[in-house]
Amino acid sequence: MEKSAILEMRGICKYFPGVRALEDVDFTLREGEIHALMGENGAGKSTLIKVLTGVYPKDGGTITLLDRPVVIRSPQDAQKSGIATVYQEITLCPNLTVAENMYIGRTKGPLTNWKKINADADILLSDLGIPAVANQQLGSCSIAVQQMVAIARAVDMECKVLILDEPTSSLDENEVEKLFGLMRSLKEQGVGIIFVTHFLEQVYEVCDRITVLRDGKLVGEYVIEDLPRVQLVSKMLGKDFDDMADIKSEADTENIDYNSTPVYEARKLAGTTGIKPFDFQIHKGEVNGFTGLLGSGRSECVRAIFGADKVAGGKVMMNGKKVNINKPLDAMKNGISYLPEDRKLDGIVGDLSVRDNIILALQVMKGFFRPFSRAQAEAFADEYIDLLNIKTASTDTPVNSLSGGNQQKVILARWLLANPVYLILDEPTRGIDIGTKVEIQKLVLKLAAEGKSVTFISSEIDEMIRTCSRLIVMRDGKVVGELSGEDLNQNKIMATIAGGES
Amino acid sequence: MTKNVKFKESMKAVKAFLIRMVQNQLFIPLAALLFLVLFNIVVDPSFFRISLEPSSEGYPVLSGYLITIIDNASELAILAIGMTLVTAASGGQDISVGSTIAIAGSVVLRVLCGTDSRPETLKAPIIVAFLVCVIVSALFGAFNGVLVAYFKIQPMVATLILFTAGRSIAAWINNNELPVINDPSFGYYGNFIPGIPLPTPVFIAAACMALIALVLKVTNLRLYAQSVGINPSSSRLNGINPQTIKLISFIILGICVAVAGFIKVSRLSTINYSVVAKDIEMDVILAVALGGNALSGGKFNMTASIIGAYVIQFLTTTLFKFKVNSAAISAYKAVVVIILVVLSAPYVRKKLVEFRKKIVSHKVKVRKEVA
Repeated sequence: MEKSAILEMRGICKYFPGVRALEDVDFTLREGEIHALMGENGAGKSTLIKVLTGVYPKDGGTITLLDRPVVIRSPQDAQKSGIATVYQEITLCPNLTVAENMYIGRTKGPLTNWKKINADADILLSDLGIPAVANQQLGSCSIAVQQMVAIARAVDMECKVLILDEPTSSLDENEVEKLFGLMRSLKEQGVGIIFVTHFLEQVYEVCDRITVLRDGKLVGEYVIEDLPRVQLVSKMLGKDFDDMADIKSEADTENIDYNSTPVYEARKLAGTTGIKPFDFQIHKGEVNGFTGLLGSGRSECVRAIFGADKVAGGKVMMNGKKVNINKPLDAMKNGISYLPEDRKLDGIVGDLSVRDNIILALQVMKGFFRPFSRAQAEAFADEYIDLLNIKTASTDTPVNSLSGGNQQKVILARWLLANPVYLILDEPTRGIDIGTKVEIQKLVLKLAAEGKSVTFISSEIDEMIRTCSRLIVMRDGKVVGELSGEDLNQNKIMATIAGGES
Repeated sequence: MTKNVKFKESMKAVKAFLIRMVQNQLFIPLAALLFLVLFNIVVDPSFFRISLEPSSEGYPVLSGYLITIIDNASELAILAIGMTLVTAASGGQDISVGSTIAIAGSVVLRVLCGTDSRPETLKAPIIVAFLVCVIVSALFGAFNGVLVAYFKIQPMVATLILFTAGRSIAAWINNNELPVINDPSFGYYGNFIPGIPLPTPVFIAAACMALIALVLKVTNLRLYAQSVGINPSSSRLNGINPQTIKLISFIILGICVAVAGFIKVSRLSTINYSVVAKDIEMDVILAVALGGNALSGGKFNMTASIIGAYVIQFLTTTLFKFKVNSAAISAYKAVVVIILVVLSAPYVRKKLVEFRKKIVSHKVKVRKEVA
């Protein structure tokens, strides 16, 4: 039986300068259902949420709430219309009490009866089964409980629509269970819940329906029983599961001697960022890759290799010799380069010139007291601007005024200039145009042919198949498989990523 | 016709040059300096008169308002060097500068006088006193730096500690006495060296500028400090240790404080703990801001900061000359500073550029409509 729709979004469009973030997207939320909103990064999930909550004005389409068209201009508007949002990061005040957090900004008049509010809060908390007391300081609760308090606040505002934006990413398994319990009991009360997450297991555990977005467009809305995991993964990645078009690896893998001592080898390498200890090795001239959905721990693995996050344990050998890599400089001195996933946050140094950005890593390796002469720096910059065909007005241009693809090339130039033996590229092709993507893929294969070892990470599976000769598959922070040769095809990879029974 | 085209082109070139000049970081401080100069020329040209007059010790020395300005701006300029680096690397300011100058000065006197507050002879060579003062100041700088870099306390809050406690520590170092040094050779550093007509602090400031220019040339301090200030996370992944760079910038400021403190006590051959270098931190921070440097860190222009320091001293001296009540000087200064800082704020400059564009496009529109 079809339940009545609480929220209907029809033909939603949202444009940013040069980008179509959302194009003609429909979304329907029914009474008492948990509805997963899925898609890889840049698919438009968060844009859709932000349009719904009034953070961004929409450029087209209609929103209907309980059969009445509504215009949502600000988050306050959204709250008043009964749309409540709980974000990944806690947006409450940890130094206030639980009750204060639940009622802040919602009391009328200058006088507040805190006694009554505390009593009300306690009743609500026990109704929802949240293990917290009204006059307890919020900061003293666990993250999960804080998350639940945020939900309780939303519930008390008599919300019809509750948006949970990746609420589980910082919770452990027990805490997630508690949160799911709360979600189920809200569902019983008829609240419609929009659940945004990267974790497949969780989707199949609590959700009733799934809406998949890709590249700002609606892929489809599915009832959970009709969409096995492998299908979901293929919908998210935009590869038809039945499309057996097997792309042959162009990489010349015959020259790699797998019996030689690996250039880099890690045993039981453990990080502090939620990945299980893993073994890993790479040979001279090899291109391999970590794959898995976002949040599966693939970036965390390479960050551990580079020493970007604190390394908790394990043994690392380079060319058979034991080395200690505790911080990025150690890795750099051992000939490892790392192009980080988040270009803006970890890659470019925004206001600095293209020249300074290119020479940065090599300069740091050369030493604090031995700066390159201006002429030498210019020469390096010019060489790599030519080599990678970087489009910039001059070497003096601040790097943040370049386009995304060119910024990426600048960082690539930085690490090529450092002349590494082992190059790690984490999502080097994200958010850049097709032409540049192909250039970067070709470059990777060329580097391998020259005898460098490369680890290549990408969300686009066919890109990985084209460039890598071996894939390490990750799910939920664990290495769950290693594929090479015959197994390097879309179906096998997706099946391994999805795991589970399907 | 061709003449007209040529004229238009040359006008365009002039315009482009003017726009580039206005956008240069040195423009605001230099324009402010020019404004002050013009103001004084118009109101009283005698402001710029420099004459040779016998000093208190009988040597002929240069005197005049301009000399006063470059003399008194010396400490400010020296401190601006360190403050610029701290601002760039940590994205915050050190407000304990005035108090730590009191400590530095007190240390110098303590070493020179020993326990005797009115010594007949110096108890230690002046160079030893100076070096001890540099070490102590660098340590206090390091104290601030550790709080900021390792304990991640906001610079203004971290340095509030020494801002509050510094003058008491200074008094405690000399048992709350006010030592006076009679040896005239100690006064050379803050006044005149016999036979040289320019005040010594001018030379000391010039030496500090030359030194920092050299340091910025032979090390990567500029690149590292800017990089850390702009994007610490990215800097770390490139092998830079952001904490160390922040610490170093505070230590360098500490050394600047030592030099400034040494000049301050040498000027008077004594110290007054509660008033020495009072509020100087605010002038130093203003110098950095006036130089068009973002107070939130990142890229910096050392020359602009130093010019900023001289502009502020120029303003102060101008106000003194016009017999503005010393209690009211701060208020006058505030007005000027508000104008300058608002004008040099990136937000305002962006708005001005947009405004200019709007006018231009409006003009074009009108012209089109007329046509």
